[in-house]
Amino acid sequence: MEILSIIFILTGLFFLIVAAIGIIRLPDVFTRSHAVSLTDSLGAFLLLVGIAMYEGLSMNLLKILAVLALLYLQNPVIAHATLRAAIRAGLKPWKEETS
Amino acid sequence: MTTFFLFVLLVLAGLIGAYLYRVLQGPTIFDRVLGLNGISTKAIILLVVIGIVYDRVEMFVDISTGYALLNLVGALAVAKYLEQKGLP
Repeated sequence: MEILSIIFILTGLFFLIVAAIGIIRLPDVFTRSHAVSLTDSLGAFLLLVGIAMYEGLSMNLLKILAVLALLYLQNPVIAHATLRAAIRAGLKPWKEETS
Repeated sequence: MTTFFLFVLLVLAGLIGAYLYRVLQGPTIFDRVLGLNGISTKAIILLVVIGIVYDRVEMFVDISTGYALLNLVGALAVAKYLEQKGLP
């Protein structure tokens, strides 16, 4: 069980690192939201599932799963609200310059 | 196993630095809001891992639940405010 949880946690860390690279490298706010909401959700899911496996069957398992459900609720909602504000404020999505 | 969780803790704390760069540097205000959202996601996971390291998971998980609820309400309020105000 410990080996499985270590594998899950390392995979989650990999996805979180990819999200951090994405938020530095991507060109504008609409593309950066992919790094924050999509990749971050997957990484947090894998990491918390790994921690729950390490913890074993107890009351803490239910609490960790509740935190996970809360993360899954809030991450897309916040990204959607922010992007709706951005597009109503008149930001234009990024386009590659064709030379 | 504690060494492994300390390693996870260090990597997560380093990732917060990348988001902090975006919060300080971001060209528009929406970049800063997105960066703050990423930092709070990392902080929630960080609190659970700290609970594992200190062997007090039942307490730290409650703290991270409260932090997640506060972050949800705060970020929605900021987004609503910016939506009505427009670009500064």
